[in-house]
Amino acid sequence: MERPLTQDIKSDGQPLTIDEYERTGGYQAIQKALRDMAPGEVQEEVKAANLRGRGGAGFSTGAKWSFVPMGADAPRPKYIISNSDEMEPGTFKDRLLMEGNPHQLIEGLVIGAYAVQADFAYIFLRWEYLQSARRLAAAIEEAYGKKYLGKNILDTRYNLEMRLHTSAGRYICGEETALLNALEGKRGIPRSKPPFPQLSGLWGRPAVVNNAETLCNIPHIIKKGAEWYRGLSRSADGGTKIYGASGRVNKPGAWELPMGTSIREILEEHAGGMQEGYSLRGIIPGGASTDFLLADNLDLKMDYDSCQMAGSRLGTGTMIILDDRTCPVGMLLNLMRFFARESCGWCTPCREGLPWLAEILHAIETGEGEEEDLEVLATQCRLLGPGHTFCALAPGAVEPLQSALKYFRDDFVRHIKEKKCPWR
Amino acid sequence: MLSEEEKREILAEIRQNETAQAACLEALKIVQKHRRWVSDQEIRDLAPLLNMTPDELDAVATFYPFIFRRPVGRHVIYLCDTVSCWIMGYETILAHLTKLLGITMGQTTTDGRFTLLPVSCIGACDHAPAMMIDQKLHGNLTLERINEILNRYE
Amino acid sequence: MATIYIDDKPYEVSDGQNLLHACLSLGFDVPYFCWHPAMHSVGACRQCAVKVFRDEKDRRGRIVMSCMTLATHGTRLSVDDREAREFRASNIEWLMTNHPHDCPVCDEGGECHLQDMTVMTGHVYRRFRFRKRTYMNQDLGPFVNHEMNRCIQCYRCVRFYRDYAGGRDFNVFASHNAVYFGRHQDGTLESEFSGNLVEICPTGVFTDKTLKKHYTRKWDMQTAPSVCVHCGVGCNTIAGERYGTLRRIWNRYNGEVNSYFLCDRGRYGYEFVNSKDRLRHPLRRQKVSSAEMTTEQLDRKKIFQTISAFIHPGGANVIGIGSPRASCEANFALWKFVGPENFYSGLGEKDHRLIPMILRILAKGPARAPSIKDVEGCDAVFIIGEDISNTAPRLALALHRSVRQKPMAITQKLHIPYWDDAAVREAIQNEKGPLFVATPAETRLDALAASAFRAAPGELARLGFAVAKAVCEHAPAVTDLTEDMRVRAELIAQALRDSEHPLIISGTALRDEAIIQAAANVAWALCESGKKASLYYVMPECNSMCLGLFGGRTLGEAAEALERKSADTLIVVENDLYRREPPALVNRILGAAKHVIALDHLENATTARADVVLPAATFAEGSGTYISSEGRAQRYYRVFDPDGDIRESWRWMQDIMNARGNLHASSWQNLDDVTTAMGEDIPALKTLPDRFPRADFRVTGQKIPRQPHRYSGRTAMTAHVTVHEPKPSDDSDSALAFSMEGFAGEPPPALITRFWAPGWNSVQSVNKYQDEVGGSLRGGDPGIHLLNDEDVIKPSYFPGVPPPKRMPDRGEVLAVPLYYVFGSEELSVHAPGIAGLIPAPYITLNTLDAQICRFGEGQIAGMSLSGFDLRLPVRIDNSLPPGVVGIPAGLPGLAGIMLPAWGLLCLDDAEREKGT
Repeated sequence: MERPLTQDIKSDGQPLTIDEYERTGGYQAIQKALRDMAPGEVQEEVKAANLRGRGGAGFSTGAKWSFVPMGADAPRPKYIISNSDEMEPGTFKDRLLMEGNPHQLIEGLVIGAYAVQADFAYIFLRWEYLQSARRLAAAIEEAYGKKYLGKNILDTRYNLEMRLHTSAGRYICGEETALLNALEGKRGIPRSKPPFPQLSGLWGRPAVVNNAETLCNIPHIIKKGAEWYRGLSRSADGGTKIYGASGRVNKPGAWELPMGTSIREILEEHAGGMQEGYSLRGIIPGGASTDFLLADNLDLKMDYDSCQMAGSRLGTGTMIILDDRTCPVGMLLNLMRFFARESCGWCTPCREGLPWLAEILHAIETGEGEEEDLEVLATQCRLLGPGHTFCALAPGAVEPLQSALKYFRDDFVRHIKEKKCPWR
Repeated sequence: MLSEEEKREILAEIRQNETAQAACLEALKIVQKHRRWVSDQEIRDLAPLLNMTPDELDAVATFYPFIFRRPVGRHVIYLCDTVSCWIMGYETILAHLTKLLGITMGQTTTDGRFTLLPVSCIGACDHAPAMMIDQKLHGNLTLERINEILNRYE
Repeated sequence: MATIYIDDKPYEVSDGQNLLHACLSLGFDVPYFCWHPAMHSVGACRQCAVKVFRDEKDRRGRIVMSCMTLATHGTRLSVDDREAREFRASNIEWLMTNHPHDCPVCDEGGECHLQDMTVMTGHVYRRFRFRKRTYMNQDLGPFVNHEMNRCIQCYRCVRFYRDYAGGRDFNVFASHNAVYFGRHQDGTLESEFSGNLVEICPTGVFTDKTLKKHYTRKWDMQTAPSVCVHCGVGCNTIAGERYGTLRRIWNRYNGEVNSYFLCDRGRYGYEFVNSKDRLRHPLRRQKVSSAEMTTEQLDRKKIFQTISAFIHPGGANVIGIGSPRASCEANFALWKFVGPENFYSGLGEKDHRLIPMILRILAKGPARAPSIKDVEGCDAVFIIGEDISNTAPRLALALHRSVRQKPMAITQKLHIPYWDDAAVREAIQNEKGPLFVATPAETRLDALAASAFRAAPGELARLGFAVAKAVCEHAPAVTDLTEDMRVRAELIAQALRDSEHPLIISGTALRDEAIIQAAANVAWALCESGKKASLYYVMPECNSMCLGLFGGRTLGEAAEALERKSADTLIVVENDLYRREPPALVNRILGAAKHVIALDHLENATTARADVVLPAATFAEGSGTYISSEGRAQRYYRVFDPDGDIRESWRWMQDIMNARGNLHASSWQNLDDVTTAMGEDIPALKTLPDRFPRADFRVTGQKIPRQPHRYSGRTAMTAHVTVHEPKPSDDSDSALAFSMEGFAGEPPPALITRFWAPGWNSVQSVNKYQDEVGGSLRGGDPGIHLLNDEDVIKPSYFPGVPPPKRMPDRGEVLAVPLYYVFGSEELSVHAPGIAGLIPAPYITLNTLDAQICRFGEGQIAGMSLSGFDLRLPVRIDNSLPPGVVGIPAGLPGLAGIMLPAWGLLCLDDAEREKGT
């Protein structure tokens, strides 16, 4: 099984130096792209590879790039940004890639920049990833040293400056338009679309934001081609995916596997199954803002379309496991408190609705729930749906809740009837 | 009053950015690095360097949780309270820390040694439960390990 | 035009609008909070949700925010859709989770947009049973009260304060449901537009702090349409009264002038009407010795006996001094009594010459006098010699829109609708259209300006002339131009030529004829080059323009007339002469007059020396006409009957005329008659009687009520005086009634006494009075544009280019006036809130001059100017050019200093002795 993104990551936890990266075939794709391909060709290759955004939304990367205005009349400067603000609960895949092989991200970013003819590349990194920050900063310096960055890269006359920007918290900054505001030094409030960032992104200029894992795929696609990349997958989407599992499994972690690998394989073969004394009750497949799947979904392929048809979302692909000794209400309460705290405060339903849901869940969890509460919870989930709020935070927040009300309703009812949490 | 060194670092940061405002979070972190937190006076001192008013700077500073606008202890414990860490024992860890340090979430020990704060998922879910103290990540926490870890911090 | 379908019915809407704008304009009641007709859409509150459908067959639809959705041809939507209604009610429920429900004690109650929207959505039952979040409030100064618990986080306040008005000391802090709107620290809000927060805020977070001191519910206020008296812009207001005191000023929408916003001087200056220094009864003053005067209060009968003793039958021994802050009718009545030969404008000498000149420029010249709305649409602006942030604040606010005009081209290229506010601002960034400021000292508009030129008045004029020449070679040349000025002039000329609607702003602040003429030359040069140029001259007072029309003589000539005894009695109408001319001249006038009759609202230095003082009605106690800087004649209406003997000046004059056998006023029954007579004698005003609603105007036989139908206590409020129910006073001057009875529907725009509609108790009800929200009032925005009607001739350029700056004599400096929005205007300083913000007098100079004179900051400097021996602390202001010092203008105590003036600056003796 090919694992292009992770096979060279060292088991001692040390990052690859630039020399080590080059020895594993790194920075060859840059040469190919900048020397032998036109920007449009790079875009086409990535489109043909069926690479979909790995940040959770799953939008076609090649299509996303194609909206950036090109040509001599395009507004300048143009920007490409790595969304390294990974903060989706249960998600740690980007951290592994950035700590383990920072040059891979840099190379992907440079090729992506070239594809859209960007003048600047930013890495928007969450503050808490201090290790990644140190390693990326060192790697950027190394890359400048070998002329993979800066003026006249590899004598191709292409210029690209790259900067590492570390944030200071706030989950919402992972939303691409909030990220753009944060990068401009403002409060991280999202923007409405249209206009899309490709037209008016950073300081009113074209900007394209891609997830870090997405960008790490780019060098490999260019080096070995779209067809090869598609061949790595077990489904219509191309390539591999870094899947993860956390919770009461024996080996929580992350693994690069073919796109479309089943939940069962990830859980049993790689995560080592449930810990002794615990059994599986539910899975949130793609980070906190996805709907629960149950044990009868274990054979579900973890790709965008399959998850959607099963009533959930692939999201970030890192699963959170609910075991039978953990109270689902408590878990929902924890999730809702997270989302309520991380609301940016811009739009009414998210700002006021999520804390209310958290209060109700807290009441239920502490034995003060009332019968009407379930109806309120269910209605609120519906009302906090997509399009009703300014961004996708609140609709994501209610995904686990609405599925929990469906699958674990009895547990909620018990809390209310018994006036306590049966798990405590 | 900002020190000469702080100002130097801040101006160097501003030069690296396309606009002065884009450097404001980094500038706040620089002040915080020197003083552990950012007071009202520092907001007022820092703002003009960034071509911002104190209100504009404070509007940004108060949005981000890692900019402290109130004093913190010598070390800040960020205990992850998000779902995977919660499943893996956050509440037990919190109860232990509370008992050990004699403070609850958001408080600082009377000797000024530790401030205890919650933090949203720090991406260490494969080593849950986890916490950060200052700039270091501590994962796979157990009650014994916590005692040992805390002892390393004066 | 586009056709949209609302609940399957087709409607025509104008192109490029959002659905909320379209629905509101069509009369649909769609709730909203964060959208504002002037600030447009951001999509934050989510209250305006409607359903849109793909096509006729789509019965499911999806919810969208109408404020953020373009109304394209064929859009199908439903306002009444069940799910949309449920969502909107839910949105209110979310807002109610933290709202304190303190309506009974909240000032906003009765005009609360949140109440209205809550009722509109039908949400009635609070299911939230948990703790509400609370906030600490801040002291934001004397004008705006802060009660954050009521906040629904609609972000309107911060968007207005920062994005619309350019303020930088107010913001939004924190995040999630803890977001806080306030200041980094307690303190008076710095923006002179802060008061608009009280109308912008849909809840009771920001409320009128002055109203709090004499609080009254909106439904209990008696209101009338009024006009602001505190500067020449002529913003429309609604003034409210109860129990005989004026309680507050609201913005009165006028699409051409102030639209939705007022400045704080206009909003809060009203308290002078309630001042304890009000004159309420006729006074007889007599000199008992050189130092002492007695004052006796007399009744009407006795005072007229006194007056009749002063004035010969027919009134031939009388001269009259009018006032730029008295109404047209007041000035006219005086003019009619004393005759044109004996009418003195009451303007300072320089203003007396400049204002008619301005009138001629605007009336005869090709450049049009723009309304404030026109100003917003101008895309290149050149200001010569006027600090409009302080002398015409609402005009300055409009320039924030002007500098956005050119950059809007960016949004068009990106297909961003003009109403998508956040996207527009992101696309435009800090781009600004060309604004050039040329003033002696720095102004708040410098931050918006492409460049600011600092110089003495003469040099400012020379720059103006140079720009005119650079625009069109037929304009007179400027000799000995420095290279800097030449380059500047080229730059400004280029920007003006490259624009679609260039605007030149100037005014009388520096009392400089050359500046006025230079501004005209620039505008005319642009017109000659084929540009539609606009020319706005800032008038200092609310009716300065009127005096320009009346003409009259100067105060110097008044002194001469009295001294040579061609008259011995002086009538001064609403004018403190000590604010017009140096004391020496005023003392001559008042000393030479055998009898002085002064009419005014408040005691001042002139009334103190008058033999007879008559209490004149303020704008709130009588009706009349003011003419604004742009030449717009506007009618203001009595709000309430004043107590005591207070009456309109024109009525006092009428009584004097009748008493002395001057029959000109004998047929005047009401204000209309005065206006008609005025139109007969003053040609420029002949259209007024037909264009203003007449006193006998009725709608279905009814008058327009000043009181809402819920007005309470009518019979009880005078019960402590007499238990008998009073007959409502009859207003013979207008079609308005001092009653709640009358026509309850929408009156003609000039007669709107309050904005209200069923279900819309707040100021948002203005929507119902417009055909298109944000546009003109239905029936036309009130006010009659007097200029631009006359035949335009092609005037010749003013040739008088001043010579280069005169080298001052040793030690001599040129003192220029520095205007303050709080402090320079006569009446508003009597409002306690404003009084507290008046700066202490000072003299300011730049570092170089300070070094030459060896002054330090704070030391006392001495300067003799127009009869004043000034001793003022020094302030350093490096924006001032060398040789120029600045002194605050019009402050209480400093009002009579005629600036600009040359004078010797020296260190105060006491300071010198200190040996510094």
